[in-house]
Amino acid sequence: MVRVLLIEDDPAVAEGLALGLRRQGYEVDVAPCGEDGLAGVDAFPPELVVLDLMLPGIDGFEVCRRIRAAGTLPIIMLTARDHDADIVLGLEAGADDYVVKPAQVRVLAARIKAVLRRAAGSGGRAETHGDLVLDRAALTVARDGRPIALAPSELRLLLELSAAPGRVFSRGQLLETVWGHPYLGDTRLVDACVKRLRLKIEEQARSARYIQTVRGFGYRFGPL
Amino acid sequence: MTGPTATASEASADSTSAAPRGAAARLRRLGGLRLRLVAAFVLVAAFASLVTAALTYREARAGLLQRSQDRIVGDLRTGVDAIAPSIPFPPDQAALDSVARDIDKQGRARGSIVIVVYRDLRAESGMRTGGIDIPPPLRAAVTQRTATVFQRFRHGGEVWLAVGVPITFVNQGPSGVQVYLLAPMRAEAQDEASLVKAARRGAVPAVLFALIPAFLAAAGVLRPVRALQDATRRLARGRLDTRLKAKGASELADLARDFNHTAAALEQNVAQLRTMEARARGFAADVSHELRTPLAAMAAVTDLLDEDAAAGHVDADTASALRLISTETGKLTRLVDDLMEICRFDAGAATLHLDEFDIAEAVRRCLDHRGWQNAMTLELPVGIRVEADPRRFDVVVANLVQNALRHGAPPIGIRLTLENGADGTWILLRVHDRGPGIAADRLDRVFERFYKADAARTRSEGSGLGMAITRENVLLHGGRIHAANRPDGGAEFTVELPQRAHHARQDPE
Repeated sequence: MVRVLLIEDDPAVAEGLALGLRRQGYEVDVAPCGEDGLAGVDAFPPELVVLDLMLPGIDGFEVCRRIRAAGTLPIIMLTARDHDADIVLGLEAGADDYVVKPAQVRVLAARIKAVLRRAAGSGGRAETHGDLVLDRAALTVARDGRPIALAPSELRLLLELSAAPGRVFSRGQLLETVWGHPYLGDTRLVDACVKRLRLKIEEQARSARYIQTVRGFGYRFGPL
Repeated sequence: MTGPTATASEASADSTSAAPRGAAARLRRLGGLRLRLVAAFVLVAAFASLVTAALTYREARAGLLQRSQDRIVGDLRTGVDAIAPSIPFPPDQAALDSVARDIDKQGRARGSIVIVVYRDLRAESGMRTGGIDIPPPLRAAVTQRTATVFQRFRHGGEVWLAVGVPITFVNQGPSGVQVYLLAPMRAEAQDEASLVKAARRGAVPAVLFALIPAFLAAAGVLRPVRALQDATRRLARGRLDTRLKAKGASELADLARDFNHTAAALEQNVAQLRTMEARARGFAADVSHELRTPLAAMAAVTDLLDEDAAAGHVDADTASALRLISTETGKLTRLVDDLMEICRFDAGAATLHLDEFDIAEAVRRCLDHRGWQNAMTLELPVGIRVEADPRRFDVVVANLVQNALRHGAPPIGIRLTLENGADGTWILLRVHDRGPGIAADRLDRVFERFYKADAARTRSEGSGLGMAITRENVLLHGGRIHAANRPDGGAEFTVELPQRAHHARQDPE
């Protein structure tokens, strides 16, 4: 059973989602605030976190940053549609995906599945691209021999792009293959993830070498 | 594609009619306040100076004639008085000649003729030209009376003065000797001419000088009028804080004050309305916001209800009730979602996240994603790319197709064309159906919120906000949307989007 930590302050929403997720076969623990959530990450410990951004005490963005600083635990954030800017902030803080409230459990479960699928390996041997070494079996990335911790969406995006170096992927394509979103979904997911990924793998985030922007079309890996 | 040509012909028609329209405006200007004021001033000045000149002329002329007449008459009498005692009685022709000569010598009146008469004797001095003679009425008057008589008469186009003086004996009545003087009034006529000239010389500059105060006065009146005009136009453009300077107590200052009062009242009313509107919008946003939290909890468990209703764990009535709750919760969720979306548009908080994509592919993906790809006729040329917000584009296409599915009849067609206008390339996406169409008087109402095309249906399956949201999304892109009926039946919605978004593109980097 996949263990999910739900950090949500509204008891009714938390209860409803927990009920639904348990029915879907997840083992769910609920934390009503950020502090409890961070404690739960260590104690439970979950394989995925569903995080409400509006929390009393430490807010969701800070919780997201702390979880991300500590590791690569997948994070799905719950956001309100009327706080559009929150989505970008949450994605930049390290969330892998988001679901707009009020969310049906079916939708949330689909996202959880997609995020977790992302982290599954695809076999093969280690590839070298410039200073980067990608191991598709072990799902590790290293630069200059030092391992880089990548969140599931970042890793999946890097693997997708690097599987066909030089080929241009549109944002819509990446949304479909990496996030399982509709082709015409929120492309900010892709842009925010590229931004985070560049911070981790590029020597200079400003002049990207590995993940290059093709204006008007999308992104490509290399050519190096 | 009739669009661009129609626009072009309209544009050219505009440009050709622009020049005559400008000339007409100038003509109207000529009949404006300034011209009328100046004309009135000039007319008044001309009238006043003409009347003054005429009166002056009349008075001066009368005085002038009187004076020279008096002088001539006086001179003659003095002369006659001086020589009368030396006249022998009864006088002979020689005596009469001598009298005539003596008086003529005194003759101050140049060109004058002296005639001395005694019964049938007659003496003359001076040149008698053109048959000029003593006017018979004068002669009769002199014969009858003993006083000096004079008369003005015209002869040969000139004014003459005829004076008759009878010589009398002291206490013995008339002697029968009569002295006449015929004097031309040429000099006086010349004086008259110079008077007319002087009046003309005075009046014309006076009228010209009147132009200066006329223009000054016109400017004085026109300046506030123009200020009022400018202020009114600013007000019409929505600058409700426009005020005029109102100095003094003139009617124009009163008008300016009235304008200021009106503008202030308008500004206050508009501010009040805006506050009320903002409050109403804020209320709608707050309500949706408050509804969302309990809905979030309910929406989380609807799947659970559906499963149990389907699984047969519960009796039929309970299963129906569960399904009802689940369905209605879903509708309520969509309604609240749509309400919040509309509130975001109203608050101006809706933002574009632009990307470039292939329209044909985007439309196909949108239909596939919703399982609508059947029963569609698609005319989607590949390779047409657009710069737009993909999520919002998806909403537009989905809402239009859903609307066609709901209110129209299959087959539903989607046609994509490109159009080159003066303001860049536009993408035209038409969604049409084979349904009954839309009543002509309701065509522009279909984008209204909660508008129901069919009045009998109190409840639609959608939130009632779909088309309003579609329209807002199109407008946010700087595009246009309109509804029409096809000549061969069915409704057609046309979305026009600029191929390049008008908004500054936010680079994702």
